[in-house]
Amino acid sequence: MSIAETMIPPQAPPPAPPKPYTFSRFFGSVALGIWLALGVGIFLTVVNGWDPEKFSRYGPSFLSGLGVTLTLVISSILMGAVLSLPVALGRMSKNRLWGWLAYAYVYFFRGTPLITQLFLIYYGLGSFRPQLETVGLWWFFRDAWNCALFTFTLNTAAYQAEILRGAIESVPRGQREGAAALGLPERVAFFKVILPQAMIVALRPYGNEIILMIKGSAIVAIVTVFDLMGETRRAFSRTFDYQMYIWAAILYLLMVELLRNIWGWLEARLTRHLKR
Amino acid sequence: MSGLFAALSAGLAWIGAIIDPLCGPAGVFRWFGSGTLLACGDAGWGDEIAHGFLVTASLAVATLPVGLVIGFFVALAKQSEEKSLRLAGNIYTTIFRGLPELLTLFIVYYGLQILVQQFLATVGYEGAVEINAFVAGMIALGVVFSAYCSEVLLSAFKAIPHGQYEAGDALGLHRGKTMRLIILPQLIRIALPGLGNLWMALLKDTALVSVIGLPDILRQTGIAARVTKHAFEFFGIACVLFLVLAMISSVVFSALERSTKRAEAGR
Repeated sequence: MSIAETMIPPQAPPPAPPKPYTFSRFFGSVALGIWLALGVGIFLTVVNGWDPEKFSRYGPSFLSGLGVTLTLVISSILMGAVLSLPVALGRMSKNRLWGWLAYAYVYFFRGTPLITQLFLIYYGLGSFRPQLETVGLWWFFRDAWNCALFTFTLNTAAYQAEILRGAIESVPRGQREGAAALGLPERVAFFKVILPQAMIVALRPYGNEIILMIKGSAIVAIVTVFDLMGETRRAFSRTFDYQMYIWAAILYLLMVELLRNIWGWLEARLTRHLKR
Repeated sequence: MSGLFAALSAGLAWIGAIIDPLCGPAGVFRWFGSGTLLACGDAGWGDEIAHGFLVTASLAVATLPVGLVIGFFVALAKQSEEKSLRLAGNIYTTIFRGLPELLTLFIVYYGLQILVQQFLATVGYEGAVEINAFVAGMIALGVVFSAYCSEVLLSAFKAIPHGQYEAGDALGLHRGKTMRLIILPQLIRIALPGLGNLWMALLKDTALVSVIGLPDILRQTGIAARVTKHAFEFFGIACVLFLVLAMISSVVFSALERSTKRAEAGR
């Protein structure tokens, strides 16, 4: 029997076997190559077609269009949030009539395209001009911007009501019962116990809703509101320069990605007590 | 050969005219709309709107398989072990989920036009090129649908335990066969509610195609509204038709969900 007298000196691990050239690697390179080529192509067309005169003429109008889009989205989201409260309460109420009315409202605004609703209000209410004039509301519905704001508010209120209802109903019943056992009044229980937990559930859907509104707001360009899309269409119809659409696409992507990242950060921050 | 196609399309048109829910023999407008603005034929707008209804429904139905197939492959790319493939898939979803559908539609419509024109110019053909609005709409909506669809399928893929793949290996099944016989049936069951939501969104997005001139529900009712000055009624009808489509699809989807749930009963 022999005993090892010396330790085997430490050795470097054998080199990793070369990665096999798989199909997926091939497809990945091809796909990335396509994206790269597209990116370079877009960059080159922008550089080749760069025209300082166009930039100075249409740059400011793009910025003002961006402002119009943001104003429209922010104000309709805020007003929709206010309007969604009674709708959500109606959806959850035990009263048959209120429940049915709220359900019909939500079903209509979620089941039809936003553009159809916009046309219904902008063009459709025009046929009630005499009646609206007697009520004194014609000045409001005459303006495309007001109609867009009105439609968007109604639309987002329906979606937000569903988000709110789902979030409130997702809070376990034990929380309500616990609050009742502690002797908290119902109002305090709702605002201090139920709502904070519901809002955490609702955070992500709310973010998605804002993104949907930013994207959906592009259709107001069709009813002559000059938001970002409207300015783009105007610039394109004057110059026939395809770049205009590329600039609009970049601006929209920036908006959406920025919001998505802010929302991700917000969610991580607000749910840090739930991390294990 | 062309005679065969002509006969086929004539036959299809005939069947379509028979089962047309709006202006067919048992159509709503035929029975309740005669004498009003919605009469079928030359007297009213019923047949135009019925045609628009057909165009909207067929656009959505034609877009669905395109979007599903692209979405499936993008989802596969995003869950692959290859870094470059994942990156490419993520770029795809980021771009097409972030762009407004209307902008995507314009980019596809005008971009394709420019591309085809340049291509034909190199070949030697000079002249205006019109891209078919239906095809442009199908591509744009399919791309948007696939971007969302890939996310839904990706989360469904993540919900399938790894043991299922290993079981396929243990049974000696081929990679593709594992996918087809073991993974896909479960994937469909898990992803179906999400896909149902996406289908509803697709149905609503088809209304945008009226902007580039496809004679769908919204465009036909819009024309009728402009001619007759009864805008509220006609756009109201457009809303109702979209609601009807949504109701039909929710019925179909709940039936589908029930039939896929059969497999997991008795657990």
